[in-house]
Amino acid sequence: MAGRTDRDEPGEGALPPASPGTSPATVAADEWAARRAALGEKLAERSVARAQETERQSGSGSSMRGMAEGLKLASEFAAGIIVGGGIGFLIDRTAGIAPFGLIVFLMFGFAAGIRNVLRHVSPKPPTAAPQATADAERAEKPRNS
Amino acid sequence: MATNPTDPIHQFDVFPLVPIQIGGLDFSFTNSSLFMLATAGLSAGFIYYSTRGRGLVPGRLQSMTELTYEFTANMLREAAGTAGMRFFPFVFSIFTFVLVANLIGMFPYFFTVTSHIIVTFALAMVVMSVVVGYGIAKHGGSWFKVFIPSGVPAAILPFVVLIEIISFLSRPVSLSVRLFANMLAGHITLKVFAGFVVTLSSLGAVGVIGSILPLLMAVAITALEFLVAFLQAYVFAVLTCMYLNDAVHPHH
Repeated sequence: MAGRTDRDEPGEGALPPASPGTSPATVAADEWAARRAALGEKLAERSVARAQETERQSGSGSSMRGMAEGLKLASEFAAGIIVGGGIGFLIDRTAGIAPFGLIVFLMFGFAAGIRNVLRHVSPKPPTAAPQATADAERAEKPRNS
Repeated sequence: MATNPTDPIHQFDVFPLVPIQIGGLDFSFTNSSLFMLATAGLSAGFIYYSTRGRGLVPGRLQSMTELTYEFTANMLREAAGTAGMRFFPFVFSIFTFVLVANLIGMFPYFFTVTSHIIVTFALAMVVMSVVVGYGIAKHGGSWFKVFIPSGVPAAILPFVVLIEIISFLSRPVSLSVRLFANMLAGHITLKVFAGFVVTLSSLGAVGVIGSILPLLMAVAITALEFLVAFLQAYVFAVLTCMYLNDAVHPHH
């Protein structure tokens, strides 16, 4: 409703009905054009404001996404080490090679943790993936049908 | 244990409500089962109730359901492409279950289903079974190429494959531990700060004044916990989508 009152500024609202011109058709056309231009200007102004608003909102959304990302990465890294250490411990238990399985597989687990983090951080695969998935889907389509 | 009113672990006790013994195994209906049923019932009931009008122009409740739908659908389409959309019911169920379970846990005296690692691990294993099962069913043996990254020299390939396998095995662990640890730690922190208020205010006037600070903390942590409840459900669902992407498109 506030927008409505904004628009009803002096001069504009009264334009089309009160047209004391000589030939009503041409004057009306001019007035309509002028009015259209004014409205277009206002619309552009407003769409800029709206774009800024959505950008601001998406900015706050991306910061939350960033928090989710951070929580994700820490546990991904830890999980790699835990699983590596677990495998090493099991190998030690079954094969009886005292600490060596644990040592070696802890290192592999560390590498796997790094791999997990890199997989989530590196920007290349996600940008390449949509192309690849699109290609794959295109390739899949004939096979399915 | 039950004698101490500020014991922060007491809220995670699982106790049988209806004891059931089948063949020496304990199948009792516990408070955990009750809240799982409540979670499933509440989420399904809300969706049925809110979409009962089937309005072309959605009302408040219906637009909430539609927003959740759109949110999950976009998440899945972004991560796994259009071919991954066949998993939409699965991802949507998991997302709503975890989200509602986390949010139900925020009520005082309610049991938090997702604060037990066996529940979150079972959820994670369901996800991984779907990934492996669908991947092998769809692509056969060539699905195992997911462990062989392209462009790696043959000399170090065995090590890379081993690392990839460990990395794959670590997925259910990280998925389940993250959710469980966040919910457990959050609820314990909340309970500890609330316990400070009780114990401090039993010290007289000075204690009552001193208990204002932990009370404020408890309020702030409650707000944080609502954020974490949503965030963890979101992370769980996003990672589910990413893992499903491996099942649908194993070659990357």
